[in-house]
Amino acid sequence: MTTIRRLGAASALALLAALPALAQESTDPIRITLHDWTGHLITSRLMGSILEQDGYKVEYVQADYLAQFAGLETGDLHLAMEIWETTGREAMDAALATGNVQNLGPTGLDAIEEWWYPSYMEALCPGLPNWEALLSEDCAAAFATAETAPKGRYLGGPVTWGGFDEERVAALGLPFEVIHAGTDGALFAELESAIQRQAPILLWIYAPHWAPAKYEGNWVQFPQYTPECYTDPAWGLNPDLAHDCGKPFGEIWKVAWSGLETNWPGAHAAITAFNINNEEMGAMITAVDLEGATVEEVVADWMATNEDRWRAWITD
Amino acid sequence: MSARPAPVTRRRPAPALWLLALRLLALWLPALAAFAALLTWGKPLAPWAFDWPDLLTPPVDRWISDFVRWLLNKATFGLFTFREATRALAAVVDAPYQIVRGLLTEGFGAWPPLSWPPLSWLGVIALVALIGHRAGGGRLAALVAGCFGFIAVFGKWTSAMVTLASILIAVPIGIAGGLLLGLAAYRWRWLARAITPVLDLMQTIPVFAYLVPILILFGFGPVAAILATVIYAMPPMTRITLLALARVPGEVRDLGRMVGCTRAQLTWRVMVPSAREGLMVGVNQVIMLSLNMVIIASMIGAGGLGFDVLAALRRLDFGGGLEAGFAIVALAVALDRLSQAAARPRADARRRPYLWAALATLLLAGVLAWLVPAAQNYPRGWQLSTGTFWNEVVRWINVNYFGTLEAIKTTLLLNVLIPIKRFLLGLPWLGVAALLALAGWRLGGWRLALLTWTLTSLIAMVDLWAEAMTTLYLCGISVVIAMLIGLPIGVAAAERDGLWRVVRVVIDTLQTLPSFVYLMPAVMLFRVGDFTAMLAVVAYAVAPAIRYTALGLQGVDPALVEAGRAMGCTRWQILTRIKLRLALPEILLGLNQTIMFALSMLVITALVGTRDLGQEVYIALTNANAGRGLVAGLCVAFIAIIADRLIGAAARQARARLGLEGAA
Repeated sequence: MTTIRRLGAASALALLAALPALAQESTDPIRITLHDWTGHLITSRLMGSILEQDGYKVEYVQADYLAQFAGLETGDLHLAMEIWETTGREAMDAALATGNVQNLGPTGLDAIEEWWYPSYMEALCPGLPNWEALLSEDCAAAFATAETAPKGRYLGGPVTWGGFDEERVAALGLPFEVIHAGTDGALFAELESAIQRQAPILLWIYAPHWAPAKYEGNWVQFPQYTPECYTDPAWGLNPDLAHDCGKPFGEIWKVAWSGLETNWPGAHAAITAFNINNEEMGAMITAVDLEGATVEEVVADWMATNEDRWRAWITD
Repeated sequence: MSARPAPVTRRRPAPALWLLALRLLALWLPALAAFAALLTWGKPLAPWAFDWPDLLTPPVDRWISDFVRWLLNKATFGLFTFREATRALAAVVDAPYQIVRGLLTEGFGAWPPLSWPPLSWLGVIALVALIGHRAGGGRLAALVAGCFGFIAVFGKWTSAMVTLASILIAVPIGIAGGLLLGLAAYRWRWLARAITPVLDLMQTIPVFAYLVPILILFGFGPVAAILATVIYAMPPMTRITLLALARVPGEVRDLGRMVGCTRAQLTWRVMVPSAREGLMVGVNQVIMLSLNMVIIASMIGAGGLGFDVLAALRRLDFGGGLEAGFAIVALAVALDRLSQAAARPRADARRRPYLWAALATLLLAGVLAWLVPAAQNYPRGWQLSTGTFWNEVVRWINVNYFGTLEAIKTTLLLNVLIPIKRFLLGLPWLGVAALLALAGWRLGGWRLALLTWTLTSLIAMVDLWAEAMTTLYLCGISVVIAMLIGLPIGVAAAERDGLWRVVRVVIDTLQTLPSFVYLMPAVMLFRVGDFTAMLAVVAYAVAPAIRYTALGLQGVDPALVEAGRAMGCTRWQILTRIKLRLALPEILLGLNQTIMFALSMLVITALVGTRDLGQEVYIALTNANAGRGLVAGLCVAFIAIIADRLIGAAARQARARLGLEGAA
């Protein structure tokens, strides 16, 4: 008896809860964060335009990549379109643990991060892109500067990116010294400088980005990453040390404030469905950064040519 | 030397120089010998003197993290929580901001029949020109219109108005807050003592260290950015207010009392107007520092020109970065010159005609904008851009002169920078703390000794000794270079009005042009590393060295200079014997500010890859670890406080020895 009554009450409640949720979505604007790299501006504006087509109001807020989690937790910000597995994992996990932030799944983009060199270095260090070429003294000398000689110089990303490059150098016995650039601006300034002079450089590059599209070069091929390589010293070439392999590649996630689901359920579904791939993204970044198109033009272009795709995302 | 007879007029005969030197040697020789002994043989005997044992490191960062979490989520005043209180404060700041922003960029109202466009670019330029004309005549009007025109021509109008809106809110809060705090501190001495360390903390803890708490307390967006800006830009106003009030001659104050002023009248009608010259330097600093925060403010939701700079440099578009950077400078120059002129009393200026003219201008601009779209939004076709010109310049230098630059850099690095760094990194904290305590004791007594000892050991205790020494190395060298460049320029500019005008534009530019704009080309030419970081720190920290030196020299009582001339002093003697000595308080304030500025650049140097306390703060930000960031930030502040107190004490002692106690 009581069970039946409880069930009835529960279903009535569920109905009550479901009806207004379907009927009334919040009319407040959805706040999407913008960061300072082109790819991110494009994904955010794409998502924003799709939501606007679906009848939502959208507001863009400029925010720092890492500081934005504070805003996502309190509901000041609602949606971050690109959290990279490779650089944002720790901050994202901390935010998810609070329960105020949700992971809305992958964007479909794949982040690549690895050691990279311009093609003309293959003449100076034969054997590349195989990582074993870097073991030779001649190769190290080719990449050396006055401060690092006789070791080669490898320009790593900002310390904040992590990446275990010191550990990788130690585990694989590479005759290289790791120098950290402080920002990716500094990283690409050095790359540009070296390419202008056709000078040696070996550095951390990530994709999707305009650099691997603009310059000819290759990723160094390390032993392929597996999770065990980072945790189990016995794995791989060096029996005593972990990290004797390349960097992991990973997804780029969409992350949102938990309140998004209750306030704008339709938007929540559309964002979860959103999916694009590396080639499209690479082409759009190139159009903006190298060919001088504006982000708005590129986004409008994509919206026009892919109407079937995004219509499907907002209709379910 | 020793044969010189002590002058009879002095109350206390100065001890002979050799005696002084001997006393100094007797004290410092054994101390330095003990230090050297510790450095040479101490490591195996007492490793804890070099590296604080990890087991004894108190988990301060965890305590702070816990406290911050409690403050953000649980702290309550009974009726409302702490966060609700700060959010209410944010709403108070947000209301005027929304109005200004609506006026300048967004307009009002969402639907066409009820909407109202923002002021057109023509209207704003006409309006600021009018304000300029009222405050400083035709020349100022032309200058201000030129600055705003520059922004429009280079297509930065919308971004610049977003930035201007937040600056128009942040600067008055900073000036009023700083002035009131300074007045209060002048009235109650205990308050002055209490707020000095707080001001040091405000100015030296890198913004990144308290960014996350601020964002949670005040919400994500322009208001948090405005408040972070105020925290950083206000301290110089308070400091300068204190100094300027102290410099008001006693006779003026007495006169005010004699004619029967009330306390409020004495403050606002007598003291503040008399101290105006000094106070205006404070206003200038608040404006400059606020605009300096534009980059960091844009990272937390303020948008505007700072965002343009970051985005352009991310693409390595140096021209774009430079254009956005100079738009910030143009704003700074316009606002500063306007405020300086407005503070100067003008007998002939009448308010009413200007008010009517302003209204007419607005009306006219509004109607024009309604009729012609080009008058509302600056048309794209008229915009100029340097395009790829600056990239080509950097490329040309890079391709042709990289070898030369590299050789210079390598020589400096290998012979100066790296040896100093190695030396500092090898120092035992125990020895350094002891030496600093000894210096503190000799200069300022046991209290100062205790302070320097405690702060130094605290840095070692939280296991940040190596980072602190790297910081010291980078900032120390930069401050020395900045002072070596800044002092002579300040001296030269103080006496020549024409030169001063040029120098002022240069240092205003250095202080407001975001360092990123020249840091990225510098990275191309000098690679990432300490040398590039040092260039950026010197470029930024040289400004106060010049500014305060010039200010001090210009403020010297002309009657004293005249007296010196009458007694037959040469120019050199007037400079060294009279002017520099009387200007010593300002010059030392300049040194203090140079150190503070150098330390505040740590956030930026971290971005070119140094391994100092700034980097530690930055790493903490990425791990969302409030405690770790604040601990590192506090260490930066400790270094600043130690330097500041020792310099202050040394200055007092030097003045006392020169018989100048009463001069400042």
